[in-house]
Amino acid sequence: MLNRQGRATQPAAVPVTGPGADATFAGDAGSILGHRGLDHEERLIFEMGEEGRSGVDLPEPPKVESRLGGLARQGRIGLPGLAEPQVVRHFVRLSRRNYAIDLGLYPLGSCTMKHNPRLNEKMARLPGLGDVHPLQPQSTVQGALELIERLAGWIMTLTGMPAVAMSPAAGAHGELCGLMAIHAAHVAKGDARKRVLVPESAHGTNPATAALCGYTVDPIPATADGRIDLEAFRAKLGPDVAAVMLTNPNTCGLFERDVIAVAEGIHSVGGYFYCDGANFNAIVGRVRPGDLGIDAMHLNLHKTFSTPHGGGGPGSGPVVFSDALKDFAPLPFVRREGDAFRLVEDPREAPKSFGRMKGFHGQMGMFIRALAYMMSHGGDGLRQVAEDAVLAANYVMASLKDVMTPSFDGPCMHEALFDDRFLKDTGVTTLDFAKAMIDQGFHPMTMYFPLVVHGALLIEPTETESKDSIDGFVAVLRGLAEQAIACRGGQGDPAAFTEAPRLAPRRRLDETRAARTPVLRWKQPA
Amino acid sequence: MRYLPLTADDRAAMLGVIGAASVDDLFADVPVPARLPGPLDLPAHQGEWEVEKAFRALAAKSLSPGEVPSFLGAGAYRHHIPASVDHLIQRSEFLTSYTPYQPEIAQGTLQHLFEFQTQVAMLTGMEVANASMYDGATACAEAVLMAKRQTRRPRAILSGGLHPHYRDCTRTMAGFVDHGVETLPLDLDGTEDLVAQLGKDVACVVVQYPDVLGRVRDLTALAEAVHAAGALLIVAVTEIVSLGALQPPGAMGADIVVAEGQSLGVPLSFGGPYVGLFATREKFLRQMPGRLCGETVDADGRRGYVLTLSAREQHIRREKATSNICTNAGLCALAFSIHLSLLGEAGYVRLAQINHGKAVQAADRLAAIPGVSLVNQGFFNEFTLKLPKDATLVVEALAKKRILAGVPGARLWPEDPQAANLLLVAVTELNDDGDVDALVAALAAEVK
Amino acid sequence: MSRIAFTKDHEWISVEGDVGTVGITDYAQSQLGDIVFVDLPEVGKTLALGDEAAVVESVKAASEIYAPVSGEVIEVNGELSGSPALVNEKAESDGWFVKLRLSDPAELDSLMDEAAYKAFVEGL
Repeated sequence: MLNRQGRATQPAAVPVTGPGADATFAGDAGSILGHRGLDHEERLIFEMGEEGRSGVDLPEPPKVESRLGGLARQGRIGLPGLAEPQVVRHFVRLSRRNYAIDLGLYPLGSCTMKHNPRLNEKMARLPGLGDVHPLQPQSTVQGALELIERLAGWIMTLTGMPAVAMSPAAGAHGELCGLMAIHAAHVAKGDARKRVLVPESAHGTNPATAALCGYTVDPIPATADGRIDLEAFRAKLGPDVAAVMLTNPNTCGLFERDVIAVAEGIHSVGGYFYCDGANFNAIVGRVRPGDLGIDAMHLNLHKTFSTPHGGGGPGSGPVVFSDALKDFAPLPFVRREGDAFRLVEDPREAPKSFGRMKGFHGQMGMFIRALAYMMSHGGDGLRQVAEDAVLAANYVMASLKDVMTPSFDGPCMHEALFDDRFLKDTGVTTLDFAKAMIDQGFHPMTMYFPLVVHGALLIEPTETESKDSIDGFVAVLRGLAEQAIACRGGQGDPAAFTEAPRLAPRRRLDETRAARTPVLRWKQPA
Repeated sequence: MRYLPLTADDRAAMLGVIGAASVDDLFADVPVPARLPGPLDLPAHQGEWEVEKAFRALAAKSLSPGEVPSFLGAGAYRHHIPASVDHLIQRSEFLTSYTPYQPEIAQGTLQHLFEFQTQVAMLTGMEVANASMYDGATACAEAVLMAKRQTRRPRAILSGGLHPHYRDCTRTMAGFVDHGVETLPLDLDGTEDLVAQLGKDVACVVVQYPDVLGRVRDLTALAEAVHAAGALLIVAVTEIVSLGALQPPGAMGADIVVAEGQSLGVPLSFGGPYVGLFATREKFLRQMPGRLCGETVDADGRRGYVLTLSAREQHIRREKATSNICTNAGLCALAFSIHLSLLGEAGYVRLAQINHGKAVQAADRLAAIPGVSLVNQGFFNEFTLKLPKDATLVVEALAKKRILAGVPGARLWPEDPQAANLLLVAVTELNDDGDVDALVAALAAEVK
Repeated sequence: MSRIAFTKDHEWISVEGDVGTVGITDYAQSQLGDIVFVDLPEVGKTLALGDEAAVVESVKAASEIYAPVSGEVIEVNGELSGSPALVNEKAESDGWFVKLRLSDPAELDSLMDEAAYKAFVEGL
């Protein structure tokens, strides 16, 4: 396949040595190397560099007789050699091809893309916190243990729960922690159960986690107003139900009004109430899960408590527990003993614990950031976080309800859910609409989730956007919605959507090709 | 409140547009008994320097390994991190972006993941790698679950040379599927017979390389026996720098390699966040857990990258997914890639040689102390000493002299008396001769 | 004499003698979008009515294919591993998934014929 310059456009055929010979990025008329102003094309790091060069100066290795047991590495690994300036430029160029919360409003519903304070980054790098080894004698890491204990205190106060497990590495890992504690609690009663009830609107991690624990997933339908169908839930209750997993506020951005009835229902059959706390940002400081009858709930420190998402992690997912479950929590955990802090690691000290689920003690770097965030906001500020997040989402909903179609009536919590009814007969899909937002300088909202509405568009502005910023975002969505509606009946310019994005570093990517013939790593051309 | 831009006027104007009298109206769906009337009993908000002061006070209560001779390893290693690594991972566009769900505006993250997958596959000697797991221990658990799916067999055998955290995580996380996992005891004299454990119902055998005591063993014959029995060999690597000096597990017949990637680019940070590496053979691709990034082209024919083979994952496959993992260790994977890119082939290999050379020198000097013996002959940068007394007491005593001597066996095997006198000692490029002098002198005095 | 029947899960089965060839309908492939992978069962496997027979993956979805009748898998369509696009291009012919030796041909009677299936799809 050749483009207008007669250059090959298929990567497989691309010559990759020497800048002038590089046609990987051709496809842009007039650009010799593919660069456009400040937007630089960048080859793979394996297509640069030379053998022998290094970006790190290292001394001569000591002259010793090898003790590698005859297993010294044979042959080349294949890594390129580059000096520091080359490596720095490579990654800076890559960075500039990403959208980021620091660049603009990032309305991904369910993901809570809020500002990441840099003070937290600075604190995570303090010597004595960021550089301590997990297996130092405990007498030498008292400050680190105290920090974990202090964060646990904030979390228990904010949730109104009597215990918290700090080791889970992310939200899904936290769900696993909660369900494993539930499993252990049932087993301890000699009552292994089979079913876990999960609403249809749940995150995919919920059913995946339940399955990992050996449970059968039994879905509960949603009502027409986007909440759990209480009658259907009650009808599914029985002595073999281990737990219900409910997200609250739910994935439609709504508070589950019947949450206390759900708790009573599940408890009435001896099951436990797991709450997915991914959306805790909407209620932090205003509602305590402990007042809702919840037995276990994870918190995503990388959502509510602003630790950076980092392009997909790392996260941290502490799990709060009720009295009924706290003895089954994982090892290790920190215990305060007078003025000292001790890490309990030996299973003999916690015989009911379901065991260890992570190497070492938890995501300390995330604990530091989250505690810095909590202390910066204080109890007063965290309550304001929830209020401003909910206010912002309702403002977006109110500002767009005449041109887009909100899925449900009434106030939402921290995210506004629309469906694709406003796009009917326009030839524009939810996907097209989202891609058009990219050309307007915004990251799209969460699309096609939750599954309980058609062509979902889930917008979470968060509390860290100014009114000015939200007004700009609303203006863009209004403009696009009007433009899309103008396409009804074969009118207008649907290509502005179906061809979008046109102004991003890449246009739409061929995902079918990627999946049908997977190329998952670079290989030396033959 | 410095992180909250809305003013009182803004809030009033926004409520006006919404048509609500107060923000309380927006919380109308919350049951009345669950509504908190005011702020909780927590400290009020604080300015930057107040927060900073509190953290500095906590930091001052810990002994920083960078300030004293430190020989701690056992799954987490202190290596030098080039300054540019930490600078680059703090670029806003990396630090404050989400999982690359919109590939047109996430090519930076995606191209990095493609490079990361390639690097991991190269180091481990495998064909494909995923975009990271939480850490080495959870990656090990995922590998066992994958082997059970792939072979449709119920049993998993874990070598006694596997790090106890990896063993315990695997036992916990893979404990609900089929027969769970079977673990062999710590094998001090090196006589463990894994081949004898094989049978038609065994899905996989898990070994560590180098093992938790630092021993290095050729796995080729084991791999052949495992394959002959129709099972998979899973190899766990806790010190990824070792593969700059050692034959990669892929060259010895491993089917799945999991590793802790912390040693490259990721600070010790009291145990996390780290980065789990996961690599396997192409033929097992469909059973892999976690995200995968793949190469493709855009509508103009330009090369680009996307997340691919997503139908294995929880957001599509729900209860039938290959794993429940969602958030992984993206930014730590980036630090790993940048550090490895800076090192390059020559630097990575030389770094490994320095580690090994220093460890050999230190091991000989320590083993020469009367009453102290070296448990293992072959090793990379970590070895195990047998002391004439309880190693926990020795480590505590040396800590009082501001020397972090290593990890005592009882910390890893609290229930096993034969571990009580063991001391795991790791030596890296950051340990100079003075560090070793101090350790030798203090240990000799302590065991006299 | 051959006979073709359809299920409410948008599968077709074409029966000749005691062997039924199973695939998904053109309507089903159009709903799934570009098929990228088909996971087929092992030859020799015995399936009861409603058992999971195969999994078909598109870029953004995965769907189970259930056995429309009981039987033993006697052949799978090896072409699909290299060219899953066949399902999109020729869903009701070359894009077949498995051949089953029927254990109870009477089960076919509860399925729809072509006209009934057409009406079923129009009603969706």
